[in-house]
Amino acid sequence: MNFEERQKKAIADWEELERGARPRIYIGSATCGRAAGALKLVGVIEAELARHNIQADIVHVGCIGLCYLEPLVDIVKPGRPRISYANVTPRNVGKIIEEYLVNDNPSPELALGVLSETALDGIGRFSDLPMLKPQVRIVTANCGIIDPEKIEHYVGRGGYGGLVRALGMTPEQVIEEIKKSGLRGRGGAGFPTGMKWEFCRKAPGDTKYIICNADEGDPGAFMNRSLLESDPHSLLEGMLIGAYAMGATEAYIYVRAEYPLAVERLKLALKQMEEWGLVGDNILASNLSLHIKIKEGAGAFVCGEETALIASIEGRRGMPRPRPPFPAQAGLWGKPTNINNVETWADAASIMRKGAEWYAGHGAEKSKGTKTFALAGKINNTGLVEVPLGTPLRKIIYEIGGGIPDGKAFKAVQTGGPSGGCLPASLLDLHVEYESLAQAGAIMGSGGMVVMDEDTCMVDVARYFLTFTQSESCGKCVPCRVGTRKMLDILEDITKGKGQPEDIDLLLDLSEAIKAGSLCGLGQTAPNPVLTTVRYFRDEYEAHVREQRCPALACKDLIAFYILPDKCVACGICLRNCPAQAIAGAKKMVHVIDQSKCTKCSTCLDVCPVKFSAVAKVSGEQIEVPGEPTPVTALERDKVAASK
Amino acid sequence: MEKITLTMDGQQVEATRGMTLLDVARQAGLYIPTLCYYPDLEPYGGCRMCVVEIEKVRGTQPACTYPASEGMVVRTNTDLVNKVRRTALELILTNHPCACLECHRRKRCSPYDVCLRTVAVQDRCVNCPANEQCELQEVTDYMGLSGHELRLGWTTGHFSVDTSNPFFDLDRNRCILCARCVRACNEITGVGAIDMAHRGYAMKVATFGDRPLKDSICRSCGECLVRCPVGALEPKEIERPTGEVATTCPYCGVGCSMKLGLRDGRIVKVSGDKSGAANEGRLCVKGRFGVTDFVHHADRLTAPLIRKNGRFEEATWDEALDLVASKLSGRRPEEMAVVSSAKSTNEDNYVMQKFARLVLGTNNVDHCARL
Repeated sequence: MNFEERQKKAIADWEELERGARPRIYIGSATCGRAAGALKLVGVIEAELARHNIQADIVHVGCIGLCYLEPLVDIVKPGRPRISYANVTPRNVGKIIEEYLVNDNPSPELALGVLSETALDGIGRFSDLPMLKPQVRIVTANCGIIDPEKIEHYVGRGGYGGLVRALGMTPEQVIEEIKKSGLRGRGGAGFPTGMKWEFCRKAPGDTKYIICNADEGDPGAFMNRSLLESDPHSLLEGMLIGAYAMGATEAYIYVRAEYPLAVERLKLALKQMEEWGLVGDNILASNLSLHIKIKEGAGAFVCGEETALIASIEGRRGMPRPRPPFPAQAGLWGKPTNINNVETWADAASIMRKGAEWYAGHGAEKSKGTKTFALAGKINNTGLVEVPLGTPLRKIIYEIGGGIPDGKAFKAVQTGGPSGGCLPASLLDLHVEYESLAQAGAIMGSGGMVVMDEDTCMVDVARYFLTFTQSESCGKCVPCRVGTRKMLDILEDITKGKGQPEDIDLLLDLSEAIKAGSLCGLGQTAPNPVLTTVRYFRDEYEAHVREQRCPALACKDLIAFYILPDKCVACGICLRNCPAQAIAGAKKMVHVIDQSKCTKCSTCLDVCPVKFSAVAKVSGEQIEVPGEPTPVTALERDKVAASK
Repeated sequence: MEKITLTMDGQQVEATRGMTLLDVARQAGLYIPTLCYYPDLEPYGGCRMCVVEIEKVRGTQPACTYPASEGMVVRTNTDLVNKVRRTALELILTNHPCACLECHRRKRCSPYDVCLRTVAVQDRCVNCPANEQCELQEVTDYMGLSGHELRLGWTTGHFSVDTSNPFFDLDRNRCILCARCVRACNEITGVGAIDMAHRGYAMKVATFGDRPLKDSICRSCGECLVRCPVGALEPKEIERPTGEVATTCPYCGVGCSMKLGLRDGRIVKVSGDKSGAANEGRLCVKGRFGVTDFVHHADRLTAPLIRKNGRFEEATWDEALDLVASKLSGRRPEEMAVVSSAKSTNEDNYVMQKFARLVLGTNNVDHCARL
C-alpha cells in the first residue's frame, strides 16, 4: 500500500471512529494525567464495562492542557458527541459510565463540556469553557484528541498533508512560505524561522543536519513535553519539511532524558514512520532522504543552548562556544546545521498544511501565529494554553487562567523562565509579543508563565532564579560562572536582612556587565529576574535592606510569629502541632512562642482556628507579648460579648 | 591570502581573512588584555578579558574568537568594554589569593623581606611561584585594579594541593579556570589526562574520576605547566635562572631544541625552544624534568675511562680513541660489530653506520633500543 492509499484509509478510519458503532472512552494519559491517576482509572473502567457487558473502545489520548482538571475522561456514545468529565476518580468513574452508557444519563452535574458545535442535555460546549474559549489551538489541535501512539490518527486528522504539499513545491518555495507565515523561533529568542532555514539552505556543504531542540528545562515549563507526548508526529512532519527545504539528510532530536514517556513515544513514532516510508531514503518516492536519531540529554540546562547542544551530541562536554561561526555555517560535526524548537517544527507542519496566509492571520503584526504557554504558580486554572500572539497578559491570567486563588491580589507574572523577567500588575495590559516583552525587561522564552500573588516576595523570587542559573551555568565564562554566584550571595544576604544599602546598585552594576559580557544566552539573560524585580519592585528590596523587613512576609529570617494574648483562648492546637516545641502554654493560659526556638514553619498560624485568629505573622516589627503564659482573657470577653 | 581592511579604534588596519580581531589588534600594536588566550591553542573565549565592541553586533564579543571581516568597525576601549573587563577581572580575583595584587609594596619586596600584610602565609605573594611572572598580575596592573578596590569579598583556599606528581603540583586555589592546561593536554599532547569537571561555580580541573595526577594517564610532560598563566601548576623545584643556553635534548633521536636556564653554573630550569623545528617548543617528561638531575649527577662520566690493572682510569679522548683504533685494526670485518645509541641523534647514528660499513667494512650494525 502506498502512502496515498494508507492516507485515504486512515482518514476513513478516523471518520469511522468518530461515527463509530461502539461507545468509546478517551483517557488523557500523558505524564500529567498519569500523575493525577489516569492509569488507575483504566482497570476500573474495564471492570465496569465488563460488568455491564458493554463492548467499548478505550483510547489513550494525550494532554489537552487542563492540568487542574486531570484526570480527564471523555465518553462517546454512537451518534452522540464526545462528553468530557473532569477530576474523575476511581470512585466515580464507574458511576459515570453506568449512568451514561446504561441509563443514558450523561450526568450533567459531573460533565465538563461537550466537544461539539452545540450544547447537549444541559451540558455546555467544551470549547466555551473559560479556559478554552480564548484559545486558538494550532500546535495543540490534536493534543488530547488523538491517540499519540497511532500514526493513523495523526494522518486521519490531516497529518503529513503539509509534507505532501511541500514535496510538490521547490525547497525555495517552502522557505518562502515559511517566511510569509511570519513564524519566529518558539524556543524563546524569536529569530525568523524562514530566514534561519534560508541561511542553512545557502550554506555550502554536502551533508547538512537539522536538530529538534527538545531539551526543555525552564522551571515550570512543560509545553514541549506535552506536545511530544500528545502529538509526536506533528514535529516530525515539521522536521521532514525543514529537511526538504534546507537540503538536510541527517537529523537529531535532542530530548531530555527526564521525559521518558516522550522518548518512548518518539521512538514509537519513528518506527511507524519507517513502516509508512516517511523516514529514511527517498521519502514518499521523492528525492527527500532523512535519517532521524534520538539523543537523550543528560540533564544540563545549558544544553538547550545551540552550540552546547551540538557539543553534547558530539560527545563533548556540554559547553557553548562563541559565535561566529554560526551553526548554519559550521554546526554539528562542522557541517551546516539548523536547530529549531519542538513547537517551531510543529508550527511549520501546520503552516505547510494550511498555508502561510492562514497562519499569519493569527497573532500580532510582528509576532504572527500562536504560542503555547505553561500556566503555573498562583493561578486557578493551571495548565497548557495556546493563544494568538498579541493577547494581553490580563486575558491569559484572568480569563484563561481564572485569576488568583483564595481572593489574593496579583503581584507579578514571570515569563521566559530563568532568562525572563517579572512583570507587575501595571503591565497586565501588555500584549504578549516578542518586542513588547523584551522592552518590559522580560522575554517570550519558551513559554513558561509563572503567576505570583501578594504572598510572594520578589527578592526571594530573584534569589530563586539565580540559584537555578548559577547552578546550571556551565562554568566556561567568568561573568556567568562567578558573577551569577556573587549575585546570588548578595541576594541571599538581602533576604536574610544582612544586605548593605549599596547592594542594590552593586546588583544592577553586576547585572549590566554579566548581560553584556557573558558568552551565551544563559549568562546574558541570567540577570533578567533581578533587573526586572529591582525595576518594578525596588521598594521591596529597600524594605529588606533598610528596614530588615519582608513586605510579603515570605523571607524566613525577617519574619516572626506571635500569639496575641487578647485573642488566644488556650485551645492548645498550636501547642500540640508545633514541630519545634517552641510554644509554651497550659489550660486557660495564653500560649507564648519562644522566638529562639521558633523555626518559622507557619504551622501555628495555619492551625489556629479562623474564629480565634490569634497568631500574627509580622516582619520588621515586634509585638509586645508576655514572656510567660498568662491567664486567658479572650474567652471571658467573648462570653460577655456573646451574652449581650 | 585575501587582504581586508577594517577600522580599529578609529585607525584603518590591514589584515588577512582568517585572522581574529585579537590577531589584528596585536599586529597593529594595540594591546588587548587576555588570560585564557594562548597562541598555540584553540581560542576559548572564557575569560572575557579581550572583549571588544563591534558595530552592528550586540553586546561585547571576545576578540580572540571573532573573525575579522572587511569593513568591520571595532572599538577596544569603550565604557562598556572596560566595564565588562573590569567586572570579569574583579570576579576572577574574588576566587584567587590576591594578596599580591592588594599590596602597595608588591614591586619592592624581595623573597626574604618581612611581609607587612595581615594575610595568611599561603596567600602571600612570595609564596607564589608565578609571582612577578603572573599574567593575572600583569592584566590587573593594566586594568588599574588593585585588591583593596574589590567590592566583592573573596573566598579561596578550600582545595588541598595535589602533590602526587613527582615533578609538579596542582594548586587549584590559584586556578582561574582558563582551561589552557586542559586544552594543552588535549590539543598539544593528545593525552587528555585532565578536563573540566562539574559545572558553574563548582567547576574545576580534574583527572578522570577526580583521582590524583599520579594515578591518572598524565605523562608529566609539563605542557600544561608552561601554559598556566598563574601559579596553579607549579614545578616542585623552583629556582629562577640568571642565564640561558640553547641546546638539543640528549634523550632521544627526535632532537628537541631546548633552552637550559642556568644559575651559578648549574641547570635550574629547562624549557622548550619555540624556534626548534623538531618540537616547536614542546618537550616530554624526560627533556623537561630529566636533564637537570643527570647532568649534575656525581656518577656521570665526563671523561673516557680506560681499564688499567683491573681498574678504570680517566683518560683523554685521544688516548681512548687511539686504544680503540689499535684494537680494531687488524681484525676481519666479520669479527666486528657496532652498537649505537638510541639517545644519539639521527645524524650521529647515520655517521656511525657509515663508519661501520665503509671503514670497518661490516654490516653488523645495531643499537641499544633493541636490547
